[in-house]
Amino acid sequence: MSQQYALEVINVSKSFPGVKALQSVNLKVRKGSIHALMGENGAGKSTLMKILYGIYKKDKGQILLNKKPYRATNTIEAIREGISMIPQEISPVPNLDIASNIFLGQEYTTGKILPLLDKKKIYSKTRELLEALHINLNPKLMMHEVSIANAQLIAIATAVSYNTNLVIMDEPTSALTEQEVEHLFQIIRDLKEKRNISIIYISHKIDEIFSICDEVSVLRDGSFVGSDDIKNIDKQRLISMMVGRSMKDFFHKETTSIGNVLLSVRNFSLTSKFKNISFDLKRGEILGIAGLMGAGRTELMESIFGYSPADTGETYIKGNHISIRSPSDAINQGLGFVTEDRKLTGIFQDLSITDNMIMPDIQHYIKIGLLNKKIIKENCQKQKVSLKIKTPSLQQLIKNLSGGNQQKVLISRWLLIEPDILILDEPTRGIDVGAKAEIHRLIGKLAKSGKAIIMVSSEMPEILSISDRILVMHEGTLSGELLRKDATQEKILKLATGETI
Amino acid sequence: MNTDKETNNTPRRLHNKTKQLLNKYGIVFVLIGICILLTILTPSFLTTRNLTNVIRQVSIIGILAIGVTFAIITTGIDLSSGSVLALVGVVVASLSQTHLAEGQPIGFIMPILFSVFIGLALGSLLGSINGVLHAYGKIPAFIATLGMMTVARGFALFYTAGRPIGNLKETFTFIGGGSLLGIAIPIWVYASVGFISWVLLSKARFGRHVFAIGGNMQAARMCGINIEHVLVKVYAYAGLLSAISGILLAARTAAGNPTYGLAYELDAIASTVIGGTSLAGGIGSIPLCVVGALIIGVINNGMDLLGVNPYWQQIVKGFIIVLAVLLDSQKQGKKQ
Repeated sequence: MSQQYALEVINVSKSFPGVKALQSVNLKVRKGSIHALMGENGAGKSTLMKILYGIYKKDKGQILLNKKPYRATNTIEAIREGISMIPQEISPVPNLDIASNIFLGQEYTTGKILPLLDKKKIYSKTRELLEALHINLNPKLMMHEVSIANAQLIAIATAVSYNTNLVIMDEPTSALTEQEVEHLFQIIRDLKEKRNISIIYISHKIDEIFSICDEVSVLRDGSFVGSDDIKNIDKQRLISMMVGRSMKDFFHKETTSIGNVLLSVRNFSLTSKFKNISFDLKRGEILGIAGLMGAGRTELMESIFGYSPADTGETYIKGNHISIRSPSDAINQGLGFVTEDRKLTGIFQDLSITDNMIMPDIQHYIKIGLLNKKIIKENCQKQKVSLKIKTPSLQQLIKNLSGGNQQKVLISRWLLIEPDILILDEPTRGIDVGAKAEIHRLIGKLAKSGKAIIMVSSEMPEILSISDRILVMHEGTLSGELLRKDATQEKILKLATGETI
Repeated sequence: MNTDKETNNTPRRLHNKTKQLLNKYGIVFVLIGICILLTILTPSFLTTRNLTNVIRQVSIIGILAIGVTFAIITTGIDLSSGSVLALVGVVVASLSQTHLAEGQPIGFIMPILFSVFIGLALGSLLGSINGVLHAYGKIPAFIATLGMMTVARGFALFYTAGRPIGNLKETFTFIGGGSLLGIAIPIWVYASVGFISWVLLSKARFGRHVFAIGGNMQAARMCGINIEHVLVKVYAYAGLLSAISGILLAARTAAGNPTYGLAYELDAIASTVIGGTSLAGGIGSIPLCVVGALIIGVINNGMDLLGVNPYWQQIVKGFIIVLAVLLDSQKQGKKQ
């Protein structure tokens, strides 16, 4: 590791409408070092990496790459300048072989006049590259026959083929076995020692950080917390750097009386998503589900709701064993589900607010075979008033509303079926502070009225302030349960990263 | 949303309203424009006889187009409508002859009401096969209906040994040639199909499900909609409408011909698309689909009246289809 910096990020800021994603962030990565970047979900790691990779533009600040100003405005420029990124979920072209994937977009050709592919050169270069990195794979192997771990290594080989100075790795080990991780680490160390390449290593796995990284920087809520040599730091300190947030925005929760068990989930398993999950949900209770991204929280909720039914496991509602094999079964049993991704699984963007609201329960509004506009309007109007949905008209297309108002419409959609159990997956993601507070208040009110609520959230303050009880998931299993009075950010984070408390 | 500010600014609000109207119903103005142009260019265009004639001609493809509109809104397509029309046409014709033709391989004669019913049932059945293949077999609608297009045409040719079936009962040909209260029966049928389809699509639960599936299939599933069920119904309905068209065409020409309806599916798709239905799904309207069919019909008729070379007619029609969709995609692009 040299004393010179390969990358210097100085006071970089970035805002999105309604959110300050980064505020004067600093990051200094030495040449030939492995630099860990840590922080909770939403701390700003991804935003910063996307700026480095030319996907986002910074609002303010300066970035130096090898002492020269760096300002890539797209990924091609970023690669040309010497920064490459290996995303968490790599997406190679499955029907091309390894060599073609590595040289995709930078193919060797036979000549200027007749630019045919120079396959010989592509294969020999690939062989060279793979040998140099100790990757034992045939360049002619089709990509869809390659394991995830090897695809990861091929992505590294691709980065090396670009003559890169700096590689960003986002959770590279999230889908690997222990042995595969060891092989990956060997290759990463090679990059650093033999090629003097710098690596920004993003991971939630704290043990990994200590075994491979030289230095660590921590972001929290879009701000730079600190940076240090890995030898000067221990796990405790790292966790406290990540979570040490002031709790000023906390929502004040009213105490509600918690009733009988309404929903019981027993031994739910779904291959490669989650296994052996059991829990109870009581009337009037808000059950928070915490965990890191990819812990299987959303998948579990989708299984409970019948969207992708579990392989094994039973569901009981009010003590009766019931089978939920599709969302319509779930709806008939009094479940509602506000999904995580509004655009992908929530809104019908070319339909009006009313149409979006009544969709799960249209039969309710039919009179002699036709939709009864009057009843629809009355019901939707009530929701509009009680949830304070800001729109000039209920006939407005939902795509014209702000994110917060769209979210309120989606919550209304499920309130209209008068569910006993409401699942909310990241209910306040990407919406502004005001709407967030309103939604938090609404969730409290719903619980008080006797509904049972499951709330998946990656935001610590949200989950800590609203939940009566918190389940923490880690890599597809339940790693712990915390009561409201015992829960702290440190405990949740420990459970979420697979530590014990 | 800056509607509040605009309430004080009447001229601009009016301007915006006109713009909205133009955006939404621009295609109606195009139709009116073409009609005005043709009225000026040729004296015989704006006569009751000619206009009735145009609408009667349009009704066949217009009815197919309505079925196709449903399929396209769900992000699908129906390529089999022209062939289903032909197969139903020959089957119904063979059942409606005054006497059995010599050498006819299969066949018997029955009361018109029954033969029409059998035709409608056959169309719905073929359509629902499309639907099952697409929804449950997970075959793209393009392929499922392409297969049906070939198979149905083949059956029509096989059934008639390639020859048209004539000598149809007068009670049957009345369906195509007769009129009620001075209006041709095909026009009555087209209007009824249009009205019922409009109600189905805009006023009933079925239509909301159709839009939901086309707009966001995953969200539709989350809302508990049985997507496969709805899709089968959509294609069965399209098959039923193809059957209605087939019966009308056979009755009007007093013959069942296995080569009827060749490439009609393409005109039907063109009408739908000119009517603003998005091939990406989730957007579409029955009244505008009718307008789209009328535009194609009026252009065909106008060029005939003007004595335009038939080859040129094809070229012009092709340009108009592409132009209409191009305008629409520009409009969509600006919104984003």
